[in-house]
Amino acid sequence: MSELTRLSAAEIARRVQARELSSVEVTRAHLDRIEAVDGSLNAFLHVDRDGALAAAAAVDDEIAAGTVRGPLAGVPVAVKDNMATADMPTTCASRILEGWRPPYDATVVTRLREGGLVPLGKTNLDEFAMGGSNENSAFGAVRNPWDASRVSGGSSGGSAAATAAGEAPLALGSDTGGSIRQPGAFTGLVGVKPTYGTVSRYGLVAFSSSLDQIGTFGRSVLDAAMLHEVIGGHDPADQTSIDAPLPPVVEAALAGARGDLAGVRVGVVSELSGEGNQPGVLTAFTDAVRVLSDLGAEVVEVSCPSFTYSVPAYYLIAPSEASSNLARFDAMRYGLRVGDDGTRSTDEVMSLTRETGFGPEVKRRIMIGTHALSAGSYDALYGKAQKARTLIVRDFAAAFEDCDVLVSPTVPTTAFPIGDRVDDPVAMYLADLCTIPANLAGNAGISVPCGLSADDGLPVGLQVMAPALADDRAYRVAAAYELARDTSSGTPFAATIPDPVVLENA
Amino acid sequence: MTSTVDAAPYTVEEVCERFDPVMGLEVHVELNTATKMFCGCRNEFGAEPNTHVCPVCLGLPGSLPRVNARAVESAVRIGLALDCQVRERSGFARKNYFYPDMPKNFQISQYDDPIVFDGHLDVPLDDGTTWRVEIERAHMEEDTGKSLHMGGATGRIHGASYSLLDYNRAGVPLIEIVTRPIVGAGVRAPEIARAYVSALRDVIKGLGVSDVRMDQGSMRCDANVSLMPRGTTEFGTRTETKNVNSLRSVERAVRYEMGRHAGVLLSGGTITQETRHFDEQSGTTSAGRPKETFADYRFFPEPDLVPIVPSTAWIDELRSGLPERPWERRARIQTEWGLSDEELRDLVNAGALDLVADTVEAGAPAESARSWWVSYLTQQANTAGVELAELAITPADVARVIALVAEGTLTNKLARQVVDGVLAGEGAPDEVVAGRGLAVVSDDSALTAAVDEALAAQPAVAEKIRAGKTKAAGAIVGAVMKATRGQADAARVQSLVLERVAAGG
Amino acid sequence: MSDITRADVAHLARLARLAVTDDELDVFSGQLDAILDTVGRVSDIPDDVPPTTHVAPLTNVLRPDEPAPSLTREAALAGAPEAEEGRFRVPRILGESQ
Repeated sequence: MSELTRLSAAEIARRVQARELSSVEVTRAHLDRIEAVDGSLNAFLHVDRDGALAAAAAVDDEIAAGTVRGPLAGVPVAVKDNMATADMPTTCASRILEGWRPPYDATVVTRLREGGLVPLGKTNLDEFAMGGSNENSAFGAVRNPWDASRVSGGSSGGSAAATAAGEAPLALGSDTGGSIRQPGAFTGLVGVKPTYGTVSRYGLVAFSSSLDQIGTFGRSVLDAAMLHEVIGGHDPADQTSIDAPLPPVVEAALAGARGDLAGVRVGVVSELSGEGNQPGVLTAFTDAVRVLSDLGAEVVEVSCPSFTYSVPAYYLIAPSEASSNLARFDAMRYGLRVGDDGTRSTDEVMSLTRETGFGPEVKRRIMIGTHALSAGSYDALYGKAQKARTLIVRDFAAAFEDCDVLVSPTVPTTAFPIGDRVDDPVAMYLADLCTIPANLAGNAGISVPCGLSADDGLPVGLQVMAPALADDRAYRVAAAYELARDTSSGTPFAATIPDPVVLENA
Repeated sequence: MTSTVDAAPYTVEEVCERFDPVMGLEVHVELNTATKMFCGCRNEFGAEPNTHVCPVCLGLPGSLPRVNARAVESAVRIGLALDCQVRERSGFARKNYFYPDMPKNFQISQYDDPIVFDGHLDVPLDDGTTWRVEIERAHMEEDTGKSLHMGGATGRIHGASYSLLDYNRAGVPLIEIVTRPIVGAGVRAPEIARAYVSALRDVIKGLGVSDVRMDQGSMRCDANVSLMPRGTTEFGTRTETKNVNSLRSVERAVRYEMGRHAGVLLSGGTITQETRHFDEQSGTTSAGRPKETFADYRFFPEPDLVPIVPSTAWIDELRSGLPERPWERRARIQTEWGLSDEELRDLVNAGALDLVADTVEAGAPAESARSWWVSYLTQQANTAGVELAELAITPADVARVIALVAEGTLTNKLARQVVDGVLAGEGAPDEVVAGRGLAVVSDDSALTAAVDEALAAQPAVAEKIRAGKTKAAGAIVGAVMKATRGQADAARVQSLVLERVAAGG
Repeated sequence: MSDITRADVAHLARLARLAVTDDELDVFSGQLDAILDTVGRVSDIPDDVPPTTHVAPLTNVLRPDEPAPSLTREAALAGAPEAEEGRFRVPRILGESQ
């Protein structure tokens, strides 16, 4: 593995902009890394070698001419394959969109390009972002760089694995119920779900519109924050986008790295931090909370009783919205068409195409959502789920009266073996317990690695949640924790991520 | 005979001996905004297929809707003009159903919180009375694309082997205006249906927010009809007739459905709740393909769009900027012009009120303006088989003709020729006058010469006049008029003849 | 407790335009049943709690009525499974629009 693929994004940016390193060199190093390891990881669905090298060369030329587009100019980045790219296919890991090329770029992709970042390719995911293991991809599961027999998490499993394995220094993901934070925890990365409405969803293929939020992966808090500032901010193309300045997340990451949390009140959410967690996870989490306390934070226990409704509410709201959002995949205007033999009707061709083109999890959720919204069930299911959402919002509001941030394990378990839960959707759903509340309430959440589980040696995530539009608080706490963690172990955690090539050969 | 065959329709009078009709009218109006409801594509009728489309109105994955401010404003203005209340907080909802002309397979509409609600429209009827139609709500939504059905015999949907879709119209802003059930109309139900749609058209036209062209589909009406036995109050099963695209069709469709329902009910059958399609040719309705499942649109709040909370100040501003409404205008005109109720009604029924008012506004006296439109121009419209308003002459043209008569440039007879020229597309009145050389010959020396010439040509007549038989002057006047091709003022010619004879000419 | 039958799954699949197989009717009816048992817990929530439909505190987000460029027709039709005469070609349509 080249040293270049272990550099932080901040360091790559510094060197490229100082002309100590060219963007083409660093881009080529990552493309080579992809070529070397992705055959086993399956993190990428599409790699645009020529496009990436051309974009990198253009950035180098600009820098040579004295223009630096932005703080991350010249840094390669991976993009989850549910964000529209005009120069690459956008498939959502579904047969129904295989090969589809959007005639437009998502706003976040436009901002990457405008910021001088270099998109390497499109990463694998659970089909339409529905899942927590990446096993629901029509193009195969993603393997976890820490243990190739384990899932990388999901739904942004490709972006997580790519970033962990040094295929990209940074990646974009989307988080509807934990789809950035959970794979971040499973692969030992920082994963950020920003406040709902602060990163444009225009061009993100919708799963659940009221919950979906694009966010970032990095191997450090600062890297994730720098990418966050590139993609964030108001966008008139998304009318749920908040017209307010983005919270100063890079500044907060730098402030946190001064290692002082005096005056910060940290609430441990009792409903998320108890018996339901694997012992190794709970131990790592408890140790992390102790570190926060050592850094000067005041740690208190808070109760959010309505969080017990979050999984049921989520698994009603998300499928309901999905059943509507995915109705457009109908074989008429784009994508797959199956069974058009000249005699069948549109209805028949739509039904055959959707039956063939969607995987089982997508079909399950479409049917659950169709049921929850139907006239006879709406009040008891979808309507009640929206009321649950109100209770969860209220619990957060009460907790944030008392605390600056809330913490919990990101996931109750570490990465589980591939194939373990595919036939048990309910067990799969319960794994999202800790991450879902922030989606339902629309506030910010970060997962930062907090060591390895004593049970299996796999990474554990510490989730730090902040109120809406106070993402900077979570960054400050996460950055302070990150520094203390690396100081105490003597090695940056990012440097301990194993090389998947070595694993493969073991 | 099976129940699928339509019973012979009864007349409305026969129906109403046994039943009371209940109607509900849903009118869709396409707004004439510059752009579509949720994207910046042009809202323009008749463009090349699929040239006014973008990721949003094609429903491409990842796209998001963006509400058009002008459409919201137009919806509120329509509501205010119908004396509706404006909802403090309203929102969009998704109506979910699959149909190929709808790119997302859901329509963004409004469900239980429409932007305006609880209004009414006082509809003028032919006998001069008005009928108050209660408006339940008006809400915003988006139009669908258009399909061409190919491979069948007639271009119709049945029998076609495939279809071609054009999404230029997809996403065009629509306002749907829904009445409360219209009860108690009796035999006048068909007339009230037509009069309501007509009055609504006038109101919306006055606001300038839509072309309201039923022939082009920018105004469309669905008519719900049911019957209940006289003396009862529980509504019967209704049918919804679509594809009613002229005022006359609205009346015919309601009349036909009333008769058909009565036929079914009186023969012991039951009405199926269904959508029916009106056939302009036959004046009948036919059932659509029966739905395999009960329509369940699974409405839910549109998560991609945020609530609309209009401020009182903005509503007041829109209210104060409303144009005079047709009935207000009518009342004002009646007072200003001193018209009797009957005269006003004749003007309204002839479709001439606005035309006359516009002609008056262009400077003509009310009496002349009214006379032109209700007599000569109405005759021309009848001859051509078009509506008065469709004649190729503007109120400004008519006002100009009236002015030319008043200043003596035209006689009434010449004026009619000028109007004929305008109608024939020869240009504005002054252009027709010049082009046809129609101005009155008022040059006395030219006329005198013509008179002298005529007297010389008919010495016997001249002698009779000289002998005091002034009636004989008619022959000379006739000759002069002929010589001037009718462009002289006959009265002036008459007096010139007498002058010349007296002078010993 | 929910009780999702094969017929219920068939109905939902028809509404959602999924031509599910006979085997899927069995598998999905069991799975949907289990899922609905879990999510049905929300029914405990009192009716007087107001719903939350949007979490971002936004109202009146509107766009000026100003034209923006459309796609070219070629771009619009580029992803179409079939196109003809500048239009999307689709199989025969049963039934009229709603």
